Amino acid sequence: MNNLSPVIVGAGPAGIRAAATLIAAGLKPVVVDEAIKAGGQIYRQPPDGFTRPKSSLYGFESRKADRLHHLFEAIRPQIDYRPGTLVWNAGADHLDLMASDGAAASLGFSHLLLATGATDRVQPFDGWLTPGVFTLGAAQIALKFQGSILGPRIAFAGTGPLLYLVAYQYAKAGADVVGVFDTARFADKLAALPGLLHGIGHLAKGMYYVAWLRAHGVPMYGGIVPLRVEGEGRVQGFAWQGGGRTKRVDCDAVAFGLGLRSETQLADLLGCRFAYDDLNRAWLPERSLSGRTSLAHVYLAGDGAGIAGADAAELAGERAALALLEDAGHVADRRRIALLESRLKRIAKFRHGLERAFPLPPADWGGAALADDLVLCRCEAITAGSLRQAARDLGVTELNRLKALTRIGMGRCQGRICGAAATAILAAELQCAPKAVGRLRGQAPVKPLPVVTLGREDAA
Amino acid sequence: MSARRYDTAILGGGIVGASAALNLARSGLSVVLLERGFCGAGASGVNYGGVRRQGRPPEQIPLSLRAHAIWARLQDHIGIDGEYIRSGHLKLARSETEMASLLAYRDRIAGLGLKLELVSGNTLRDRFPMLGSAVVGASYCADDGHANPRLVSPAFARAAAKAGAEIREQTEVTAVERTGNGFMLQAGGDEIRAGYLLNCAGPGAGLATQAFGETVPLSSGYPCLGVTEPLPPLFAFNLGVEGGGVYARQVARGNVVFGGGKGYALDDRNCRPDMKALMQTLQDGTALLPALRQTHVIRFWSGVEAYMPDRNPVLGPSATTPGLLHGFGFSGAGFQIGPAAGAVLADLVRDGRTATPIEAFSIQRFTRTRQMAPAKSYS
Ligand SMILES: Cc1cc2nc3c(=O)[nH]c(=O)nc-3n(C[C@H](O)[C@H](O)[C@H](O)COP(=O)(O)OP(=O)(O)OC[C@H]3O[C@@H](n4cnc5c(N)ncnc54)[C@H](O)[C@@H]3O)c2cc1C
Ligand SMILES: Cc1cc2nc3c(=O)[nH]c(=O)nc-3n(C[C@H](O)[C@H](O)[C@H](O)COP(=O)(O)OP(=O)(O)OC[C@H]3O[C@@H](n4cnc5c(N)ncnc54)[C@H](O)[C@@H]3O)c2cc1C
Repeated sequence: MNNLSPVIVGAGPAGIRAAATLIAAGLKPVVVDEAIKAGGQIYRQPPDGFTRPKSSLYGFESRKADRLHHLFEAIRPQIDYRPGTLVWNAGADHLDLMASDGAAASLGFSHLLLATGATDRVQPFDGWLTPGVFTLGAAQIALKFQGSILGPRIAFAGTGPLLYLVAYQYAKAGADVVGVFDTARFADKLAALPGLLHGIGHLAKGMYYVAWLRAHGVPMYGGIVPLRVEGEGRVQGFAWQGGGRTKRVDCDAVAFGLGLRSETQLADLLGCRFAYDDLNRAWLPERSLSGRTSLAHVYLAGDGAGIAGADAAELAGERAALALLEDAGHVADRRRIALLESRLKRIAKFRHGLERAFPLPPADWGGAALADDLVLCRCEAITAGSLRQAARDLGVTELNRLKALTRIGMGRCQGRICGAAATAILAAELQCAPKAVGRLRGQAPVKPLPVVTLGREDAA
Repeated sequence: MSARRYDTAILGGGIVGASAALNLARSGLSVVLLERGFCGAGASGVNYGGVRRQGRPPEQIPLSLRAHAIWARLQDHIGIDGEYIRSGHLKLARSETEMASLLAYRDRIAGLGLKLELVSGNTLRDRFPMLGSAVVGASYCADDGHANPRLVSPAFARAAAKAGAEIREQTEVTAVERTGNGFMLQAGGDEIRAGYLLNCAGPGAGLATQAFGETVPLSSGYPCLGVTEPLPPLFAFNLGVEGGGVYARQVARGNVVFGGGKGYALDDRNCRPDMKALMQTLQDGTALLPALRQTHVIRFWSGVEAYMPDRNPVLGPSATTPGLLHGFGFSGAGFQIGPAAGAVLADLVRDGRTATPIEAFSIQRFTRTRQMAPAKSYS
């Protein structure tokens, strides 16, 4: 079985668990991760020389973070670990890599396990490009690892569990949190309660943050629509609509996010089959509970194929590694597999509850806030109006066509940020469901590549 | 279902088929165009956007000049400017041998109506200071340029529709046959009848050639392209290199579009660029344009293109079937001549002849050596 050359992309909870599982079966996987240190998004490790204790970095999660970091240290000698290395393209049997020093390399694989995780989901509204508007994730990273507070007066807007968590972390660190503005309604949370009870521990944590914020006098609003970020050149205020009225508040920064979105480009480049997922409101690579995809030898685990959180990521990483081993001829441990799958199903129920508690607002805010002159794509300076015009005047009925004619999705992010809004606008013009307008085709590179280093190729 | 009979049915909505549809519709003939995807979304919409005559073999120059005249009034013809600019085409030599080839090319096409200017030494450095030291000389064709294929090619189909052509997108032709007085096509669940059939299906042209027993060595190829993030204005001309290799142009927004090398097929309609080839391209490209080193590539892509072994298209009547006309196999260079190729096909339908010399593009060239069939001339 030594002729196997499995490669894992991502060293977050899913990737680390997967690596440990393959090692236990006697394999030596390659683990490639863009980050300098292992841990992924949630258990991201601070830079060297950083002294804040884990308990303050990871809060309730610090024991899990410790466990995963230790696990990684234990397996590290037995893996071929490539930190600081971006996988920027995926072909049928190889990956194209770029190390942080710019060295390019090609890496062959017999089996590929993608554990690429998720990033913040945002949605354009008036003023969203004003300097001083951050994603919730970026605000959290600034606090955790740069030890700096954005603000000092900061508004938290959007929805999802991270909204309350990061607001809590900021308030606790001494920031002046001017309010938490949730696009979801209190009624949504009540309706979601049965599903949420499947994850009673998480629920308790979430309620703790809300209770803490309330006890410390942080104003909280539900069912809002963000109207605009005020200020030229820097944030000066935040205006929203709630309870039929328009209100505003002074602030110096806005942290904004609508949950997470999966990083699916590698699966796309590989040619995995995708399906529209109503829960995540996104096209996601199809995967079975075992992590198998439409392609033999390609497996998916963790938030990279649908958001389910860190605990699920660990379980899914192990499960997908077991599928890989089984497909490679190893004897499968049926009881372990059954246990993992039943836990994954349980988390899926909780997730379902969470999505109901924090439903995504309509991608065009119900049409209210996407004015014709709103810039959706900052790289290419493309406005909402130009998309509407293309839909009307050029008879566009499909997203890639819209891309060809307006350049939406052709900038640095390749539509990862603007794609959802473009979809909503086109679907609204055509009065059809979002999935009916199709899916933006991705192209390599996954992230912009510096030309200066591309010519240099090191032996892989 | 559709009992309607058209004067002409066109298979394929690339720039060639759409241009033919536009010309025929403006002549008042009834036309239906069948496109399995969206018009101008194949090679015609994803190509590099080079609009150049320089470098074409002498037999393509008359067709290319006819196209040049169409490009000159593009806005009137298709309703948009398509970001077309006549910024010049500069073909670089990296050695004295390459410079000698550029000279030989100029001599070869002398008298065909294409003005080329050879530049080297200090004149080259003064006029084109952005070029790297690897460049020893160049041939400049002032009236060549570039355009945005994503906009131009679909606009040909829109203009055709406006002129009265019936454009059916997402309608795949699955079978074609000759009937008593014309053709019958199976397309998207419909039967379509027409007097003439234009085979403008690019890489899909084999459907009709096989159905009518033509001998033609058609293959697919996959040129690789990439684009950088926007840069300050660096060069306006369309850059090429003698002997092939890198090509590059900078668009008004500042992005540099570049190409070189060949990709590979995923299936008959989808392909991927070859990253090794593109890396090589970038390395060569930065030697020619050092300023490129300071930028990032934001996207690579490739497209499926129909190739002929002699790099000339098949353009003109079928060797086997009256009423069948071909226009395919543009071998990586059909964007510039596509508008004229469509006009030639329209001539042939409308008048039975064309003033543009197209003998060299006859489908019979692939059988002639064996069967010595006399070539039919439309010139
Ligand atoms: C900003 C942010 C903050 C979060 N904060 C919390 C929180 O406080 N509490 C909580 O419960 N959950 C939080 N989450 C959610 C949590 O991070 C995820 O549920 C969990 O990390 C999923 O694990 P994973 O292994 O699937 O992916 P991740 O942990 O995201 O790991 C994926 C890894 O893959 C790497 N990668 C991705 N693409 C490539 C590529 N092309 N080449 C090389 N490497 C690549 C990434 O660098 C990353 O290290 C947060 C998420 C984000 C995005
Ligand atoms: C990456 C790349 C770069 C290039 N760069 C340049 C350049 O810079 N300059 C230049 O002059 N040329 C260039 N070319 C070449 C140029 O793009 C082509 O020669 C030209 O577009 C060919 O046009 P077409 O109409 O013949 O073919 P296509 O654009 O391929 O159109 C054929 C159409 O037929 C349709 N079709 C096929 N089968 C069927 C069927 N059964 N039923 C219905 N529809 C069908 C297809 O969907 C397609 O839309 C490049 C090509 C590529 C791929």
